[in-house]
Amino acid sequence: MEISFQMVMSQVMLGLNNGVFYAILSLGLAVIFGLLNIVNFAHGALYMLGAYVALLGYTSIGPLLGMPDFHLSYWAALIVAPLVVGAFGIVIERTMLRRLYKFDHLYGLLLTFGLALIIQGVFTNFFNVSGDPYEAKPEILSGVVNLGFMMFPKYRLWVIVISLVVCFGTWYVIERTKLGSYLRAGTENPELVKAFGVNVPLMITLTYGYGVALAAFAGVLAAPIYSVSPVMGSEMIITVFAVVVIGGMGSIMGSIVTGLLLGMVEGFTKVVYAPASSTVIFLIMVIVLLVKPAGLFGKES
Amino acid sequence: MNKYIWIAIVILGLLAPFVVYPVFMMKLLCFALFACAFNLLLGYTGLLSFGHAAFFGGASYVTGYLVKSSGLTPELGVLGGTLFAALLGYIVGSLAIRRQGIYFAMVTLALAQIVYFVALKAPFTGGEDGLQGIPRGKLFGLIDLGHAYTIGGSPLGLNLYYFVFVMFCLGFWIIYRTINSPFGQVLKAIRENEPRAVSLGYKVERFKLLAFVISAALAGMAGSLKSLVFQLASLTDVSWHTSGEVVLMTLLGGVGTVLGPLAGAFTVITLQSELSSVGSWITVIIGSIFVICVLLFRRGFVGELGRLLKRSL
Repeated sequence: MEISFQMVMSQVMLGLNNGVFYAILSLGLAVIFGLLNIVNFAHGALYMLGAYVALLGYTSIGPLLGMPDFHLSYWAALIVAPLVVGAFGIVIERTMLRRLYKFDHLYGLLLTFGLALIIQGVFTNFFNVSGDPYEAKPEILSGVVNLGFMMFPKYRLWVIVISLVVCFGTWYVIERTKLGSYLRAGTENPELVKAFGVNVPLMITLTYGYGVALAAFAGVLAAPIYSVSPVMGSEMIITVFAVVVIGGMGSIMGSIVTGLLLGMVEGFTKVVYAPASSTVIFLIMVIVLLVKPAGLFGKES
Repeated sequence: MNKYIWIAIVILGLLAPFVVYPVFMMKLLCFALFACAFNLLLGYTGLLSFGHAAFFGGASYVTGYLVKSSGLTPELGVLGGTLFAALLGYIVGSLAIRRQGIYFAMVTLALAQIVYFVALKAPFTGGEDGLQGIPRGKLFGLIDLGHAYTIGGSPLGLNLYYFVFVMFCLGFWIIYRTINSPFGQVLKAIRENEPRAVSLGYKVERFKLLAFVISAALAGMAGSLKSLVFQLASLTDVSWHTSGEVVLMTLLGGVGTVLGPLAGAFTVITLQSELSSVGSWITVIIGSIFVICVLLFRRGFVGELGRLLKRSL
């Protein structure tokens, strides 16, 4: 088979498009893990929830409120969905996760696993597992743009750009601002930070809220590309776990870079040997475990 | 645990098919063995595997293939499935024990996903349909496991039931012996305080790996038996839902108790069959039990009972 430069580039660009989703989701997992020490198994379900807020906001919320002409636009959904899901996350943290901090961290994983089952189960009952299309993609993002070496869908380019902005913005806030220094200090030693008068429990709550809001944001971005389905999150979360194992959750930048790179590797594999593309990330995980067990950006413990 | 409990389990198991629908009983035994094998790892070694469906489901495919396409007798099929699960357990285990705690759970989940993809794509697994119509065959080439006796007007597949029951007892006995051996004591030491076990000179990696292999092999045996009972090896058996289900059974019954997984498997399987009419709401119910259990009930049924009776069950 002839492998042209264009073929490789187009798959790598599409891979980068998947990569930004891995990056946002693993970034959210890393932020939550840093402060709460739990792995949020419900991350995929909340990503799915974000996509449904956008979908239902467009199709159903107007008629439901007696305003048949009201449709939540795509731009509004980008703000509303993270807020709604973030608030939902805050409720979860305040009512449930909070009770588990003094126990083994594995209980946090098990609790969020249960939550993921509940959320996914509820949506499976009301919606088609094969998915519904989201048709509120703005006119301005339709069509293709010429990148010089290939024609690329405008919407996907937008997703890549805005995701990178959000990822690096988050990195900047955590690594370079005063607020971020509180967060990092809280990660290292919460008791000491408390002694300085910082409201650590509030910080934990808001961190969880922000982490899941990121997942919902990714969900809205994904809605026009993939069909919105109740299982879109569970398919995603296991891959993102592998990404997180490869990168290690210790580093914010590490999780972003790993997500982007693995998306591109996945795209590249589609050109070289397509059947392996769904497993290549898991195989890379195996290699990383053999060569550098702590993960690419992890610290040896 | 005293010998009366053992005798009670055996008598109950022997009489059960005359009272309860045998297929239900066999399903229960398979999942109880699966949960006990899982508990050896979580309850007695402190390792949370989120990928045990790979061993359960993987072995059920192997047994199904051996019995259906290669015409092996059922006991050899089960042996083949168990050995496959042990080998797979060795591979997954040696990779996963390189990481600890939460990462261990994620690594096992991700590795199990590779097994899922293989089951979905490989040419001999039947893709979405799975392996259907697996014959039960003749045990040692002599005893027909598909044979049903007519007792009191209804057919009872007692041959298969007692085969499954004997295998369950064998598996349960192996786990019980493992827990109460010097090897099991070291496992508990690793669970309680790993650095201390290291400083006492134990090569904890080897202990963890061996526990993982035993657990995987017995989970595989449970899966093999399941494929003979339902004559089916399906994608559900290798999916992460099944991995989660076995975690729930163990948690609900009581992590680190001998009888807990039996109680947990009984509860979950009974719920599933009683509530089969609610369709996919069952996922919501299972998820809710998970949440309630983690928040309020971390010792599980048997753990709480043991605390009341002030003894370990």
